[in-house]
Amino acid sequence: MNHFLEVKHVSKKFPAGKDLFGRTNRFVHAVNDISFTVRQGETFSLVGESGCGKSTTGRLIDRLLEPDEGEILFQGQRIDQLNQQDMRPLRREIQMIFQDPAGSLNPRMTVGDLIAEPLIIHNPQMAPEDRTREVHKLMQVVGISPKNAGRYPHEFSGGQKQRIGIARALSVKPQLIIADEPVSALDVSIQAQVLHLLQRLQEQLDLTYIFISHDLSVVEMISDRIAVMYLGFILELADKDKLFAHPSHPYTQALISAVPIPDPEQKPERIFLQGEIPSALNLPQGCPFASRCPKCMDRCKQERPVLQEIEPGHALACFLFEEAACPSKS
Amino acid sequence: MSQNKLLEVKNLQTEFPYDKNKTVAAIHHISFFMEEGEVLGLVGESGCGKSVTALSVMGLIANSNGLITEGEIYFKGQNLLTLDKRQRRQIRGGAMSMIFQEPMSSLNPAMRIDKQIMEAIRLHTDLDKDQARALTRKLLVMVGIPDPDRVMKNYPHQLSGGMSQRVMIALAMSCQPQLLIADEPTTALDVTIQAQILELLRDIQKEKNTGILLITHDLGVVAEMCDRVIVMYAGEIVEAANCQELFQTPLHPYTQGLIASVPKLGSGRTSLPWIPGSVPDLLSMPEACRFAPRCPYATDKCRAEKPELEEKAPGHQARCWYSDANLPAQA
Repeated sequence: MNHFLEVKHVSKKFPAGKDLFGRTNRFVHAVNDISFTVRQGETFSLVGESGCGKSTTGRLIDRLLEPDEGEILFQGQRIDQLNQQDMRPLRREIQMIFQDPAGSLNPRMTVGDLIAEPLIIHNPQMAPEDRTREVHKLMQVVGISPKNAGRYPHEFSGGQKQRIGIARALSVKPQLIIADEPVSALDVSIQAQVLHLLQRLQEQLDLTYIFISHDLSVVEMISDRIAVMYLGFILELADKDKLFAHPSHPYTQALISAVPIPDPEQKPERIFLQGEIPSALNLPQGCPFASRCPKCMDRCKQERPVLQEIEPGHALACFLFEEAACPSKS
Repeated sequence: MSQNKLLEVKNLQTEFPYDKNKTVAAIHHISFFMEEGEVLGLVGESGCGKSVTALSVMGLIANSNGLITEGEIYFKGQNLLTLDKRQRRQIRGGAMSMIFQEPMSSLNPAMRIDKQIMEAIRLHTDLDKDQARALTRKLLVMVGIPDPDRVMKNYPHQLSGGMSQRVMIALAMSCQPQLLIADEPTTALDVTIQAQILELLRDIQKEKNTGILLITHDLGVVAEMCDRVIVMYAGEIVEAANCQELFQTPLHPYTQGLIASVPKLGSGRTSLPWIPGSVPDLLSMPEACRFAPRCPYATDKCRAEKPELEEKAPGHQARCWYSDANLPAQA
């Protein structure tokens, strides 16, 4: 059986500097040899701090970027090498929602036109009156009164703008939605509204989400499975319950412990990380997290651990697990 | 006024020009105080007036075209609003200093780190150049910069976000302020770096007994850092209480909604309650209670008369016609 979405050994680097003769000799290694699968109807989250490659991964799947290495399969079909024309029908299936709702809506178009735009592109033979009816229906689905179709984006609040962005993404009836930090720019009281909308739509329309976020508490709420990224690598990938109950990578542990708890009675046992994320220009030879890891061993600086399953539904890229499994080796 | 208060703000109103003959009030009759060495949290959502409050206290509001139209601001018993520009400048950056959300854009990009900090030191003290340089190095060590000699020679773009915020804190602490205003100091930082910076602020507060006015939208940061908390909504204070009490028994329906809508790590919940609607427009504020249009408990009284901020329990104020015990049934 084919997986819904499969990402196999994908890498992406961006040119960062040129030598004397104008040849690119330095690269930002944004995504490094990552593999995962996404199941139909689930919410798969990519979580990590700035520069960890989570957004690049989202853009690779949506083919806003092309991978340098590896394969991406959507419903069994390789999409990483399709040209623009062949990709077009697939763009109906894969849609994106962005972080900054204001920046992703054309300020000179009315909301009705903004939502109709994808319909015009992907379904040009649709009659105009059908299209208007469809736009009004979409507005109702995301909780904006169709009366407002003639208004411009600046007349709406941040939460409402994000709803408009969601309506645009839904207009072509996609199967997969890649949501890149969809609630990060919103106030908390609004955040919960938009998350609830996303959950409701998933149930009603049988959508699959790839949810990209830096906020672990939001990710915990919405995800089925979670991949923790760092410096372009996946360090841990697990079902939500397993990840939060038994975070196994020292980075995941530190990340979870760093989240402030909104309750003065609870003081978290915090793991403080020393130093900062290494530069993606020069990847470390060994484990990407070795320079900040409180449990770093000699081996970690030499060899790079690969992501492997430690229990069903829980994969980890760390030597500590091996050491624990066969202590005689150390 | 009492001598032991570090800061006392009374009936402060700051307005911004809207068009030729109209202004809008971004904050409306704000009154609060800070004790020495206290960490006071100022929370609320975007547009509630928390940053305007901070800029008004700091004396920087004129730079953003704002005008203080009413009220008094006492800093250690002295009314700041009666001082002239030169006297204000003496205090600002000296006894009172500020750090901002975006450390990158608050440092001068064309000036070396050591110069920026030394400039502030020499403006407020009579140390000579060498002494100022030595103090700069000491400050950078204090804020946990691993390689102070190198960083002193760097320009801001050579530093990461976390490092720049450390430099900003060093700069703000350079003249031993008694009041540090921190406006969303960790919002632009990653969560592991945020943990480091909050730890640093806490250490400084303990060691130097600096009062910190911490402005944030993140209730997690508030719970971790603050002694007391003020909640703002639509330009007004709606609740003020001791931190623990605020989280345990929030009295104002807005505070209750806000706390309930924060996702909590490890709670295992898959959905959250939220506050319906959105913040009212500054130009068309409800006359009576400003939260009434979104409040699940609002009654006719709430829509007709404006509640005052009043003491509901010792040290716990709320701006609501009802208190927790006698809240009417949800509409």
